Amino acid sequence: MLKIKQYVKAESLEQAYELNQKKTNRIIGGMLWLKMSTAQIQTAIDLSGLGLDQIEETEDAWKIGCMVSLRDLELHEGLNELSCNMVRESVRSIVGVQFRNLATIGGSIFGRFGFSDVLTCFLALDTEVELYKGGIISLEEFAKMERDNDILVRVIVKKTPGKGSYQSHRNTKTDFPVLAVAADRYGDELKVAVGARPMKAVCLHIPAEQLDACTDLKKFAKELATQVPMGSNMRGSAAYRTHLAEVLIRRALEKITDGGEKNAD
Amino acid sequence: MQISLTLNGKKITEEIADDLLLIDFVRNHGCYSVKRGCETSNCGLCTVFLDEKPVLSCSVLAARADGHKVDTLEGLQEEAEEFGSFIAGQGAEQCGFCNPGMIMNAIALFRENPDPSDDEIREYLAGNLCRCSGYEGQLRGIHDFLEYKRKGGAR
Repeated sequence: MLKIKQYVKAESLEQAYELNQKKTNRIIGGMLWLKMSTAQIQTAIDLSGLGLDQIEETEDAWKIGCMVSLRDLELHEGLNELSCNMVRESVRSIVGVQFRNLATIGGSIFGRFGFSDVLTCFLALDTEVELYKGGIISLEEFAKMERDNDILVRVIVKKTPGKGSYQSHRNTKTDFPVLAVAADRYGDELKVAVGARPMKAVCLHIPAEQLDACTDLKKFAKELATQVPMGSNMRGSAAYRTHLAEVLIRRALEKITDGGEKNAD
Repeated sequence: MQISLTLNGKKITEEIADDLLLIDFVRNHGCYSVKRGCETSNCGLCTVFLDEKPVLSCSVLAARADGHKVDTLEGLQEEAEEFGSFIAGQGAEQCGFCNPGMIMNAIALFRENPDPSDDEIREYLAGNLCRCSGYEGQLRGIHDFLEYKRKGGAR
């Protein structure tokens, strides 16, 4: 059972950062995954008083505060318009509305969890993260980094026009995905992120001209699927995941080549 | 630590342990409709409204509710009774354990979307587990309630 000795509502990011340098202290985010642990936390650091629960629009990006809930992402018109509904599609099967009202984008991304729909989706989009000390880096670079004691302040999604699709397969509707695929084409690049492998999501970068020249999406998807290392767990074997990847990538590419229509199914 | 919050319209100021969960706080104040079910943030039995939004009280520190408004089924009596009678009318409660959480979340749905489709109902209530009914009884009850509302509240 999770034990917390002291709770501190941070009054500044600097205070939160200083507290977070101690190994036994922890930023609690939405606290949903943390609650499942048996951690003994000396000081739980709460960022909910820092105004980081807002999605701000700038000329060229959406800046999502780390305490923005998954439900806020699901309902946000601007982000969903930009992403062809990928954002909504990636979070809507995560447990229930009550859960998504608590779970935060900061907790989901900072954890770099293998099962994360959220990480998979944002990896395919043109995304950066703003770290309190580490500055702004690409999400892909951040996803490869070891966990440290910095603070993820914002997730920045650039308003790069593109066409995208999010696909996942689950054994039951609100379970973790057996496999998740996010594909996004913008500029001269096609990005295909594959998550729940069950290791953390990775992203393939493919020149968009290959997609334009493709006459057999099934074959193309199969080639991409075989490039992604898969593992086995109780939800599925590596071989099954490779097969799923082929199917989900093909479906995503069909959506993209068909005009990136909204994910209605 | 000391917190002040409004529970079901009543302002409460109290000394609490730093790791007290909101579910235990509200139950300590007599709100026994809020139940501990799965302990894995999955079942929806412990649903309360935090600033009008449905949340899992088993997964929120009471400290985080400091300065906020918390409502449980006990605070929504009229609304809950009106809707609950349609669930009971379909015999959808069976053991009844999931019912308070289900009613809370259904009320949240109706407030957000007064005329939901079946898919929208299923999606919104996906975080409320019932191990008796298979959900068909609840869905029929919701249909009846929505029809009653469409007719302006006449049976």
